[in-house]
Amino acid sequence: MKMVPDIVEELEVAADGKSLDLEAARPIVSESDDHALEQALLLKDRLGATVVAMGLESPDIDDVLFTAVAKGADRAVKVTGVEPPVPTSEVAALLAAVIPAVPDLMPVDLVLTGCQAIDDLDGMVAPFLAERLHIPYVGVVTGAEIKAGEARATVLKEYAGGVRARYVVALPAALGVQAAEKPPRYVPVAKVRATMKAAKIETVDAPERDAPSPLAVVRMTKPEAAGHAEMLEGGPDAVAAKVVELLTARGLL
Amino acid sequence: MAIATTDLAGAPGELTLDNLLGTPEGRELLSCIQCGTCAGTCPYGEVMDYPPRRLIGLLREGMLEEVLASESLLNCVTCYACMAKCPRGLHLTDVLLPLVKEQVFVRLPEVPAELQKALANTLRYGNPMGESARKRAAWMATAGVPVRVLGQDPAPVDVLWFVECYTAYHPRGQDNCRATAKLFHVLGTDFAILGNEEKCAGECGRLVGETGLFDALADANLKLFGKYTFNRVVTSGAHAYDAFRHQYPARGFTHPVEHTTPYFARHLEALKPRLTKKLGCTVTYHDACVLGRHNGFYEEPRRLLQAIPGVKLVEMAHNRINSMCCGGGGGGMWLDTYYKAKGYERLADRRVREAVATGADVLAVSCPYEVSRFEDSLKVLGFEKKMVVRDVVELLAEAVEA
Amino acid sequence: MAGDIWVLAEHWRGRLSDLTLELLVLGRELAGGLGVPLRAVLLGHGAKDLAKGLGAADGVLAVDDPSLAEPNPEPCSRALEALLAARAPRALLVPWSNTSADVLGLVAARSKVPLANFCRDVRVSGTDLEARCVLYGGKMEVTVTVPGPTAVLGILPGSRASSGAKVDRAPAVEDVAAALPAELPVRFEAYVEPAAGDVDITQQEVLVAVGRGIQTQDNIELAEELAGALGGAVGASRPVIDQGWLPLTRQVGKSGATVKPKVYLAAGISGAPEHVEGMKNADLIIAINTDPQAPIFGVAHYGIVGDALDLLPALTEAVKAKKG
Repeated sequence: MKMVPDIVEELEVAADGKSLDLEAARPIVSESDDHALEQALLLKDRLGATVVAMGLESPDIDDVLFTAVAKGADRAVKVTGVEPPVPTSEVAALLAAVIPAVPDLMPVDLVLTGCQAIDDLDGMVAPFLAERLHIPYVGVVTGAEIKAGEARATVLKEYAGGVRARYVVALPAALGVQAAEKPPRYVPVAKVRATMKAAKIETVDAPERDAPSPLAVVRMTKPEAAGHAEMLEGGPDAVAAKVVELLTARGLL
Repeated sequence: MAIATTDLAGAPGELTLDNLLGTPEGRELLSCIQCGTCAGTCPYGEVMDYPPRRLIGLLREGMLEEVLASESLLNCVTCYACMAKCPRGLHLTDVLLPLVKEQVFVRLPEVPAELQKALANTLRYGNPMGESARKRAAWMATAGVPVRVLGQDPAPVDVLWFVECYTAYHPRGQDNCRATAKLFHVLGTDFAILGNEEKCAGECGRLVGETGLFDALADANLKLFGKYTFNRVVTSGAHAYDAFRHQYPARGFTHPVEHTTPYFARHLEALKPRLTKKLGCTVTYHDACVLGRHNGFYEEPRRLLQAIPGVKLVEMAHNRINSMCCGGGGGGMWLDTYYKAKGYERLADRRVREAVATGADVLAVSCPYEVSRFEDSLKVLGFEKKMVVRDVVELLAEAVEA
Repeated sequence: MAGDIWVLAEHWRGRLSDLTLELLVLGRELAGGLGVPLRAVLLGHGAKDLAKGLGAADGVLAVDDPSLAEPNPEPCSRALEALLAARAPRALLVPWSNTSADVLGLVAARSKVPLANFCRDVRVSGTDLEARCVLYGGKMEVTVTVPGPTAVLGILPGSRASSGAKVDRAPAVEDVAAALPAELPVRFEAYVEPAAGDVDITQQEVLVAVGRGIQTQDNIELAEELAGALGGAVGASRPVIDQGWLPLTRQVGKSGATVKPKVYLAAGISGAPEHVEGMKNADLIIAINTDPQAPIFGVAHYGIVGDALDLLPALTEAVKAKKG
């Protein structure tokens, strides 16, 4: 599970002109990672699987991991000794290096994570991790089914126009989840707080960071709108009248 | 008829369904005479599978499990009607129902989407709309009068004005804010707000069963209160008022607290000379559940309205203790989609029909939820040309000329 | 050969995607700037016909294999991995779409080459490639230099006009052996079509689209009324569909339909790239959003800062009044 900047808040460019002002940004778990967790929990509900939630050390990751456990994950593992920001290509590299070192973890049947995050500039966690772990990968997944005892999963992948396709994937495999079969479940705050007292987040040290992003950032800027809409002013009735004029002028009314 | 008051001893969280019957309020519940007045007065009585009468009956037999496994208590909008009418004065809406609703909530296989979003947003952003906390005081830019923010100027103040979420973020709530700020200014009140530090009081979250959220918010708000020096809290949020008046004292909050309506009523003598503009309208007042039935403030808003020149006050058939809930409490504010899917009539629609029947031009309210709920109903029922909704403070401010 | 610019020719159900043509126009500029050929890579089975539409490229590398008959990230990325290793192009431009999303990540990972994602524009800078990428749902742009000798770039829709690639030229086609294993760990089974019998939003002249700003399922009625008054239909952005408030067939955007109506009214939609991609070519785009900074105002022709819940009924009334 990866933290990304919450875009409900205003984002600012840092003083270096090349990166995000992390002070102003507020971290939130990547939306599709939340869906990946939900899909994992749905599989647990149906099959009695074991779910391990993992993340890199970063502000608020503890909250996210404890919430995952409160929702039903069996274990939470945090990779420590990493200072954000970590480009996505490195996130994948660090996870790939650390996963085999987590006690009693491998082999797993499925690795699930969001298929893409809003800060995935130089990589995507799911396919990069799949490659390092030498397992197959399917992305843009919106559903997964496994029959107990079978070493394969049937997944639904989303295309355009509402069309989806079904694939059979040999396990172990990695899935990049676009959306879980159901929206992420709610967990009462009291349960999360109780989990924070009762559960423990396991930690594993990150290895040396030896794979910096190959991309060199020249600059980061707020986008200039290529064009901008002509704004219509006034209260609802005044604006409505202007819109009717526009539509009439184009022969649409 | 006794109207139960809610000044319960004991620390929060100490009272549970398990030990309830060991407490005085719990033992009182056992004296329920099963008359069914509660069920008869419940606004969603026709779809309420477990009105207090049945709850108490099942509690007495140790058979509450079937209630806790059902979703029916989501229909309770905590309007205090059952408690107000109970001939025994039993502690229903303030003790029994929250405990049951908490257990129902925890067992829900799926929390309805809109409600889930509101609760998750409140935890993360301090407001159910999911707006950035950093924009909570943005309304100040259009306040028209100076507003002090304690975070910037922490000198001691008389009134800490707790603005609340809908008032701060919703466009119609911001109308209320501007009106309130204007009235404080006119009265020369020494007031300040918490600004972006303020977080929802979480009372409706508590009353839908998310007590953990309420605890988290109370911790944050109490810490915040502890940072500043003030004499009293005045809040625009009716539910916030309930939280501060009835829940916070057990957590160590000792300041006096008032809702804006009774506060301004208390200062009516000072305000009156400034109410010079003739509004020329007929107004009917909707008694908010929290201010009316729960806390007894029936006459204060009426005195304010009658002090406005050119206002003629008419009463709806169900007024004061009989007022019909707008449906926003107890989580109802975020369960409209859920109720609609079940085919329930919107409580606000019922109330608006009654309001329109009085022939009044203005439906006056004093709880922020009511404004948007009743305006929606007016639109849906096709009455938006016949009647408008205004908070009492909006009408007062309108009557104050520059 | 080494240093070429390549474009992955994306096709869906027998047709080249419009996005592929946009990439060819972009690719042509880059190839020109570096003085190298532009090639299209066509992976499929019995799809050689599609090469005719790739005339904007100097040549087509066609890989034909039964496993490539339907979209499948596994054989696609394997085939591309082999091609990249053998020929070392300077850049492989991959369309950023659901169809190619997993291939984009996999080929970069498997070939162990740099990836630049969310590219809105790419240009040659000396002998380097510089990409302008969109991050954080459209809220920031970052310009990066993409190192060689080989890199993969995910190109967003809208970087160039696809019309520039509609040329009347049949490119030279080189057949390349697939060398794919017979047994693949990912096997395509079947398509799952969306529920039939619903409105086809791609055929509508007027669309009233709702996003998160519509707030509740109930409020969608307000959009239905306006759509009805205008003789159109209601569409939606992803969040509304995800909640189950409207069927999948109403989704506009990356995972939904691309629409080109005469009027597109976006109510309470922020304008994230995934949505904009599906509607940016509408003749007249009018956007309503409470946030004056919403990215949708960058693509709309006319904008209104306000609450959709107020404006939709006002618009419906005004339209009805005009119609008499």
